[in-house]
Amino acid sequence: MNLKANISNKVFAFNSVKEVLAKANEEKSGDLLAGIGAASASERVAAKLVLSNLTLEDIYNNPVVPYDEDEVTRVIYDGLNTTVYNRIKNWTVGELREYILDSDTGNEDLKQLGRGLTSEMIAAVAKLMSNMDLVYAAKKIIIQAHCNTTIGVPGTLAFRNQPNHPTDSIDGIMASTKEGLSFGSGDAVIGINPVEDNVETVARILTTVKEFMEKWQIPTQNCVLAHITTQMKAVEKGAPADILFQSVAGSQSANDAFGVTAAMLEEAYELAKVKGTGTGPNLLYFETGQGSEISLDCHHGADELTMEARTYGFARKFSPFMVNNVSGFIGPETIYDGREVIRADLEDLFMGKLHGLPMGIAPCYTNHMKADQNDQEIGTMLCAMAGSNYFMGVPGGDDIMLSYQDTSYHDDASVREILGLKPLPEFEKWLEEMGIMENGRLGKRAGDPSIFDK
Amino acid sequence: MAAESQMEQLIVENVMKELAKRGLMGNGSPNQVEMPEKAAGAQPKTEPYRESGDDPLTIPDITGIWVPNPENLEAIKVMKQATPARIGLYRAGTRPKTGAMLKFMADHAQAMDAVFLDVSEEFLQKMNLFLVDTMAQDKEEFLKRPELGRKLSREGEKMIKEKCEKNPQVQILVVDGLSSSSIEANVPDVLPALTQGLTAAGIKVGTPFFIKNGRVGVQDHVGKLLNAEVVVSLIGERPGLVTADSMSAYIIYSPDENTVEADRTVFSNIHQGGTPPAEAGAHLVDVIKRILQAKASGMKLNQ
Repeated sequence: MNLKANISNKVFAFNSVKEVLAKANEEKSGDLLAGIGAASASERVAAKLVLSNLTLEDIYNNPVVPYDEDEVTRVIYDGLNTTVYNRIKNWTVGELREYILDSDTGNEDLKQLGRGLTSEMIAAVAKLMSNMDLVYAAKKIIIQAHCNTTIGVPGTLAFRNQPNHPTDSIDGIMASTKEGLSFGSGDAVIGINPVEDNVETVARILTTVKEFMEKWQIPTQNCVLAHITTQMKAVEKGAPADILFQSVAGSQSANDAFGVTAAMLEEAYELAKVKGTGTGPNLLYFETGQGSEISLDCHHGADELTMEARTYGFARKFSPFMVNNVSGFIGPETIYDGREVIRADLEDLFMGKLHGLPMGIAPCYTNHMKADQNDQEIGTMLCAMAGSNYFMGVPGGDDIMLSYQDTSYHDDASVREILGLKPLPEFEKWLEEMGIMENGRLGKRAGDPSIFDK
Repeated sequence: MAAESQMEQLIVENVMKELAKRGLMGNGSPNQVEMPEKAAGAQPKTEPYRESGDDPLTIPDITGIWVPNPENLEAIKVMKQATPARIGLYRAGTRPKTGAMLKFMADHAQAMDAVFLDVSEEFLQKMNLFLVDTMAQDKEEFLKRPELGRKLSREGEKMIKEKCEKNPQVQILVVDGLSSSSIEANVPDVLPALTQGLTAAGIKVGTPFFIKNGRVGVQDHVGKLLNAEVVVSLIGERPGLVTADSMSAYIIYSPDENTVEADRTVFSNIHQGGTPPAEAGAHLVDVIKRILQAKASGMKLNQ
């Protein structure tokens, strides 16, 4: 391995693949907080040059957290398709980038390629890609998944209706649910983040949403985003859950902080299969985000993008129905401004898809980030162009429970019309029957939540 | 199409009326307004700005229901009572209506200003608080490097040693944290209530001061420096769109190297729409008395 590069008559020498990966990353406040980011633009490009000449085998031999010490590394390596890997292990990362971008490399090629790449390899190539590269490559990859309906159908864009309420009021949750549905939002899932993480609250919300779905014959999924063990207890007691949710991360220690292990997720999947109300085969929903490992000090000296890629390597073992990236939620110490969050969203969408995951993105921001609505809207439009399976839908873009801003019901309808994308097929049919959509656009009744209170 | 052109006409009429109201156009009827001529050489009339005498414009109220001819108006009223979420505000095409957009922008602006602007010097003078810096040089560094906001600057340490009474039973700090505006909104009521309440109970209160670009953990540094038995920080919370003015009190008993977050007693949501500041001051006095008596704070206090 050659870990040295000469940029403008200055030689930059790196000590490890891990250091090269970190310094090749586009600027993120989290990497600087961890003290591992490039100190200058020249050092960053030197690291990218070194990285472009490393072979995939070099990266295979240098996982950022050792196999023996970390469950996430083991999940990634144990699940690798060695036939594909052996075919390409002599490629450099630069060659991998060109193969991905090649006009003759299509969806099936990329999906097969992804099976033979470790998460560090996927992170490495993302670091050599510009924003447009990321959109161009991500757009090629189509990942579908099925629970009650199929997500990721080409030409469609789905939304999670996210009707959170600061005190878990059922009436409040249902008010926002109706508002969202009246804008065509909710085909990915109707998913609520509860304030109170207990079995009673989870069961109450699941039951109410499910009954509403049945009454109005809405073809979608329900979910309550409590800790997975709380949802499991609710399901054991008979609460109707189509998909089960959990936040996951890219190292075992970070997953420990979230209170989750691979065995627990397997158990949850088995439970959803035998006791859940979702058809499947995809029954889980994960949320992830660049910076969570650095915030928890569980990053093992690796950068936040690489840790995020490893999160996807972990997640793909469980064949989820949806993976949602919330990089903008974590805060300015890991993603400082609009530029950083847009970059992270595009990286994450590309990396998730190359891992074979049905990715959605929450191009979101908190009030202590240097970002605003315009940044968020740019991120949303780019991710839609790059083929995100879905976005969130929040009333007026203001999540009154989690205190952050995410895509609104209005944004959802707008992005569909701008790019000519449709809701998931069964859901679109339902929207047309309800008069919410007419001829592929919002109809006369759209925006009136009281159509469910005739 | 008919509806669209009708809407267009409505908008034109409203704009004309508004201009007329501000004295920029003759009168309210669009028929009588002279439009600039399209002929070559025609110039728009430039009139000098005249103060209208009207009250300043205010941010649109979004508590109403903007859905035209809803299926069930009563039902939407009930929905809006059930949640503070931005619902029932309809749409312009697929986009939010102008009023809803402006309200959102105003709320976000307030939140941003709360984070990125500093507590004013006039305020500190009025409250008789001197200013101490942390290791964070500016707001950007403060936001990117949380650990720097937990350490006092060298000059800050020196100033505290010079100006503050040593070995107090209770040391009060005012810390900007993530909302300067919450400090200006709440401290004028909380601080006097707190100081007077403690003093009246015979508790020795140290010299209060203000810490700029500070985090919760900076209270440990101050506590050790002054050998304070209890340190209470009044600190700005991360603003939401609903309020940018929420403040918390973090209280620690005898902080040292082994202090963990669970050792702190937290009282949050101090603002006019939560626990009103004057009430919060009295409540904090009671909590601090209990902490002094138990010689413990946080989880240890509850055991």
